[in-house]
Amino acid sequence: MASAEEAAAIAAPRATGLSPRWRFGLTVALLAVAVVAPHLVYPVLLMQGLCFALFACAFNLLIGYVGLLSFGHAAFMGSAAYITAHVVKAWGFGPLTGILTGTAVAALLGTLFGWLAIRRQGIYFAMVTLALAQMIYFVALQARFTGGEDGIQAVPRGYLFGAIDLNHSLVMYYFVLAIFLVGYWIIYRTIHSPFGQVLKAIRENEPRAVSLGYKTERYKLLAFILSATLAGLAGSTKTLVFQLASLTDVTWQMSGEVVLMTLLGGLGTEFGPVVGAFILVAMENYLARYGSWVTVIEGVIFVFCVLVFRRGVVGEIIHLARRFTSDRSPAPPPAAAKAAPGE
Amino acid sequence: MLSWLPHIAISIPPTQALFGQLLIGLINGAFYAMLSLGLAVIFGMLNIINFAHGAQYMLGAFCAWFALTYLGINYWAALIVAPIAVGVIGIALERLLLRHVYRLDHLYGLLLTFGLALIIEGVLRNYYGSSGQPYNIPSALTGARNLGFMYLPNYRAWVIFASLGVCFGTWFLIERTRLGSYLRAATENPALVQAFGINVPRMVMLTYGFGAGLAALAGVMAAPIYEVSPLMGSEIIVVVFAVVVIGGMGSIMGAIISGFVLGVVEGLTKVFYPEASTTVIFVVMAIVLLVKPAGFFGRTA
Repeated sequence: MASAEEAAAIAAPRATGLSPRWRFGLTVALLAVAVVAPHLVYPVLLMQGLCFALFACAFNLLIGYVGLLSFGHAAFMGSAAYITAHVVKAWGFGPLTGILTGTAVAALLGTLFGWLAIRRQGIYFAMVTLALAQMIYFVALQARFTGGEDGIQAVPRGYLFGAIDLNHSLVMYYFVLAIFLVGYWIIYRTIHSPFGQVLKAIRENEPRAVSLGYKTERYKLLAFILSATLAGLAGSTKTLVFQLASLTDVTWQMSGEVVLMTLLGGLGTEFGPVVGAFILVAMENYLARYGSWVTVIEGVIFVFCVLVFRRGVVGEIIHLARRFTSDRSPAPPPAAAKAAPGE
Repeated sequence: MLSWLPHIAISIPPTQALFGQLLIGLINGAFYAMLSLGLAVIFGMLNIINFAHGAQYMLGAFCAWFALTYLGINYWAALIVAPIAVGVIGIALERLLLRHVYRLDHLYGLLLTFGLALIIEGVLRNYYGSSGQPYNIPSALTGARNLGFMYLPNYRAWVIFASLGVCFGTWFLIERTRLGSYLRAATENPALVQAFGINVPRMVMLTYGFGAGLAALAGVMAAPIYEVSPLMGSEIIVVVFAVVVIGGMGSIMGAIISGFVLGVVEGLTKVFYPEASTTVIFVVMAIVLLVKPAGFFGRTA
């Protein structure tokens, strides 16, 4: 009955509607901000923001473009964080090897979890991923190398390519920025590839995609693995930034947080997760002294977003921009009208 | 010839420990069953997964603790007062918030109730920290009786029988009464049931209140066994989700049986391989997903 609305509700296609020139200008401006920012703002805060932004973008690839809500993405971030910390600290490898190993483990874990989880859909998928991630939490709590409640502390950042000292916070910042840009670029290319189009088709109408001959299971699994891998990349990088891998990274609260970042920024928008991640990281840092009230505020934002702000910050901006342009032009393009969700 | 006997005697744990863990397993299973039952009832009617179920369970335990500490209301009264209080809160939440997401994708209901769980847990954690508050066993149920092969604490026996009673009572209400048939009909076709003059929105509201109350009742019963802590809800809810995935939410009886069975499986794991006892239910879930993706009692998802 409300199927059209339902399909549109979780995440509708939102082509930004920007002309190529605007898009190019905006990209350059954002890059300029990213380059200058560490001179104005505390670099560690920015690096935390970038790591969570990549994490949220990876998560958004699943929820926004395949329509799968994973409630267990902390498992990938956390396990990659632990592996990187162990490889760098206990085995004495360099930062790049550490990051690549952590990311590879997240990819393997993503393959296993994805293979299990895509057997169920909708809320069951969310519950399955949540439960599997909780298993990783208990493993991290009990395994010997993870250090239990203490985590792995004082992880050395080391030297990139054996020469570049990452202990310098500006150098570390540009390293993290480079990793983020690579991850973001991979996601961008995925979304705009034929593969990405099939993913969107699955999100909109899976039975139809099946009837068109696509092996949707395979597409969903690949998207899941890619998402888990990039979440792992974010986790590995975060370990080097904070020189710490801890249980916080594998809790279900962390999985919930990435959902909130994406929801707040805009589900299914390219840049929304980045905005959401920076808002939440800033909020958590400035409100840290209020202790568990931060959790309460996050809960309130969740309720608020679900009830009245489902487009998220970026989604809302796009919506307003589109309305503004369609007011001026005599005949709005039908594609844009169709893409506006939930009205 | 029988030289292997002592060896076996070592590898098999003493019966006392075995029955002890079996009992703990049954107790945990009783709570899994009551909570997954509530989730199934709510899901059947509202089509949302109530992530706040753990928070409502915790709220029930806290209600009992508040009532005893500040108002002197004893355990037996709390068994009635706490579910009603939490049920009323549930009804208010349904009226004010939940009903706005029914027409949306199911996932929004999950996200909304997740947010509610964060709020409830965060507020209580702010006042009571992460540590637990003790809640004494009511005097009528202290002590234990000797069953010959083990000592059975009276309170634990009461929890097992009471939860069985609650579970089968709920099953009877939904599967065997007229009210239950209205509920099941409204699950299938709300518009048609409404056309027969039954107030479906009110029924939905009361169902959510009932589910929340059921969680609170489990919380009151859990209070003397586990400590009353703000984190008790989030600790149990993820396990209950796994139970629900294993059993499937299609049937009331399925939720009850899988709850008890998995509690016992967990208890037995604690005897034979303690390291795996926290993860065994998730492993079972993974295996069930491989061999029977829809769950044991589930309709197709």
